[in-house]
Amino acid sequence: MAVYEHDVLVIGAGLAGMRAAIAAQQMGADVAMISKVHPVRSHSNAAQGGINGPGVGEDGGPWEEHAYETTKASDYLGDQDAIEVLAKEGGREVLQTEHWGVVYSRKPDGRMAVRRFGGMGKARTFFVGAITGQAILHVLYEQLMKPSVFKAMRNYEEWFVTSLIVDDGQCRGAVAMNIRTGELHAITAKATIVATGGLGRVYEPSTNALICTGDGISLAYRAGAPIMDMEMVQIHPTSLMGSGVLITEGARGEGAYLLNKDGERFMSKYAPNMMELASRDVVSRAEQTEIDEGRGVDGCVFLDMRHLGEALIKERLEEIYEIARDLVNIDITKELLPILPGVHYIMGGVKTDVDGLTALPGLYSAGEAACVSVHGANRVGANSLLDTLVFGRRAAEHAVPWLQGKKFKPIPESVVEKDRAMIRGIIDRPNNGDRIAKIRRDMGVSMSANVGLFRSPDRLNKQVEMLKDIRARYEKVGVEDKGKVFNTDVLFHIELGYMIDCAEMITTSAIERKESRGAHTRLDYPNRDDANWLKHIVLTKQPDGSEKMSYTPVTITQWQPQERKY
Amino acid sequence: MKVKLKVKRTDPETGKAGYSQYEIDAPESTTLLDALIQVREYEDGSLALRCSCRSAICGSCSMRVDDRARLACRAKVIAITRGDENHEIKVEPMGNMPVIKDLVVDMESFWAKMRQVDPYLRPVGPEPEAEYRVPNEAMIDLTHTMACIMCGACVSDCTVLEVDKNFIAPAALAKAYRVAADPRDGHTHERLEKLSQYSGIWDCTRCNMCVEVCPKGVAPMNRILQLREMAIEEGITNNTGARHTAIFTKSITDGGRLNEVWMVPGSVGMFNLPRILTEMPGALKMLRVGKLPIAQMIPPGAPGSHKMTGMDRVRNVIRKSASLKAPKPEVKD
Repeated sequence: MAVYEHDVLVIGAGLAGMRAAIAAQQMGADVAMISKVHPVRSHSNAAQGGINGPGVGEDGGPWEEHAYETTKASDYLGDQDAIEVLAKEGGREVLQTEHWGVVYSRKPDGRMAVRRFGGMGKARTFFVGAITGQAILHVLYEQLMKPSVFKAMRNYEEWFVTSLIVDDGQCRGAVAMNIRTGELHAITAKATIVATGGLGRVYEPSTNALICTGDGISLAYRAGAPIMDMEMVQIHPTSLMGSGVLITEGARGEGAYLLNKDGERFMSKYAPNMMELASRDVVSRAEQTEIDEGRGVDGCVFLDMRHLGEALIKERLEEIYEIARDLVNIDITKELLPILPGVHYIMGGVKTDVDGLTALPGLYSAGEAACVSVHGANRVGANSLLDTLVFGRRAAEHAVPWLQGKKFKPIPESVVEKDRAMIRGIIDRPNNGDRIAKIRRDMGVSMSANVGLFRSPDRLNKQVEMLKDIRARYEKVGVEDKGKVFNTDVLFHIELGYMIDCAEMITTSAIERKESRGAHTRLDYPNRDDANWLKHIVLTKQPDGSEKMSYTPVTITQWQPQERKY
Repeated sequence: MKVKLKVKRTDPETGKAGYSQYEIDAPESTTLLDALIQVREYEDGSLALRCSCRSAICGSCSMRVDDRARLACRAKVIAITRGDENHEIKVEPMGNMPVIKDLVVDMESFWAKMRQVDPYLRPVGPEPEAEYRVPNEAMIDLTHTMACIMCGACVSDCTVLEVDKNFIAPAALAKAYRVAADPRDGHTHERLEKLSQYSGIWDCTRCNMCVEVCPKGVAPMNRILQLREMAIEEGITNNTGARHTAIFTKSITDGGRLNEVWMVPGSVGMFNLPRILTEMPGALKMLRVGKLPIAQMIPPGAPGSHKMTGMDRVRNVIRKSASLKAPKPEVKD
């Protein structure tokens, strides 16, 4: 049997994963990257609008401003020491990507242009048309195609992780399936970085890609690492009618209006100063209120871009022009675009310190899978890309010196055999008439209904029961594909297991937090309660399989909690 | 709406291929990807395809639809069938790449070609402290090429690649343009020299297929034409492709029509006897049917060379076309 050993194993090859891999490789480590899809298929692609660049020239603005606005938007649940790191080091990361070749849009003087994003007091968001995430992702992958890097780095492309290896209180790599052959292998590593992205598919509909199934969060939880802030699910104000595909905040940044069925710019009632560019949680709640009170059309309100003009739309929002044309047959230069709030991002995730380190030695996490926490109860637009780059790099910079001198520990074959048996169990299960897709849909639709924008004890308790039923069905459902090569049926089965873990953590945490803060709105506790809830909820799986809930205080450095107004 | 699909299946273990037929009910807004996912989730869990974002940004779901490469998430069923519910949509894996299973192909050759063009920025000199100062127009132009999602549709349907596996092919050449045309890059000349060699920019036959199938308006062939213009401007003309362009232009400018006698020696090089000899059978055939008139024995531009009437008008056309550049990318309608 082939032996797979590496200093650093990065799980996930989106921006956080690739940034970590590049940094570790530059430091001379033997790095491997593993991803269930080719790196350029990663969901970092979907970040359209831009990346905040605190400290980059005058436009980026002083880092303190960005840090304050991020803190305020987080509804003071973000840890300010981590936010300071993000703001201080973010600018350098943006410039690094520019030096690597990202084609940022420019001003007439040749410097990088900025646009305004929600929750920010001024325009400080750098961008590449409406394909910022894609442009950065592809440029990072360009770096990996350099002959010296390509030869040195192992890329387990289209491999799927089935479990993390924990031995003697340390994470020592992962067990993974080569999707092309169906074979399972142990990939041992001195340090493992989980950068698997988000879990949006736990909800239906969602702006997220079909691959965003919370794999890393669940894998880390099962391995015993603490998971934090899971009740904080961001619901984006502008997802497209029907498919729920994302329409960038950059559209509002460029000046688009939100209108109800009467043509009224309703944000004037909810956020008279910032209007459409208030924080995402605020705008989403406003939209849903309009819809619930009968001022929507078919469950949607409208995004109006007509006044922006065809030239600006085609230069800066081309991607949106195409999506609207192809998916709903609407010409945004002439017509209103029906949109609604859609699940978009998980602020919570694997609890880490500012170096990406989890409570489990050898295990790091970065990007959307992680919770540092820089986003707190609500993430500001254009901070997600920044988060991936800063903390992806920092995880590698901590891991590489840490692993020096450490030895590989042989992994017993039984570790792999356990996962092989799990997969055999799925394949051998008789068809009971139920289907993975049905269970996933029932989970997603019920999560949206019961643990969505507005949460109540009735809905949350109903969801607890729902999830018990869903887990019971999951334990019994089988697959149709019995083959070994590219058996996506089996992958979807395992992914559904990851998603159910995440759904349970979200619901448990949402029941626990008895206040309204950021993205978490409790109808029975409509106000923020700093006296009791200025703290993170942390869930940890115990060795006996039970779950422990604990709290950890919010780190405050310079900004005391204030009432949040936009 | 009724949707009929005929999907090519390949069993990875035996290599045997055949078609599976499906009929499903779906709303009118259904894309081909929605339909295939519905099949996979509710009809046949063993159907293998790659897909992720559903919005034409991840590049996973390219496949051949009624014999043409398309991104399944961008293809509305109703547009494919033109509303005819009895139209059975034929769905097959991409071409020019080996099939792994069903609609999943092995894209390694695609990525190998990408790596062949040194697809990363190579600036010279010290890095600036802030960003590079470059014109917005250049960045916007490159953004249209960066819009490439590496879906492989152009490579699937490239007619040159079909006959010559070495051709670098449209996607990688578009990527080559992205780096060669980047004002921050310091190796443009070297890149263009490499790209002007065998299997590079001059091997494209301009069939336009990649422009037609590209779902993102990158129009790879037009990027190839831009690279050719750049190479000639850089004086990289010591190759068959550039010489062919030169003799072609000279022939038309001089006499108003193609001088078939001098095209071959003019393209491959006057003293490249072995290469010229390989063209002899063709030349003799042309001679026999009167396609090589005696009047064309005098090379274009030499005293007494043949001129057609109305040369003023011809030169006008040439002057106009010479001022045109290869089309820039634009939003596809």
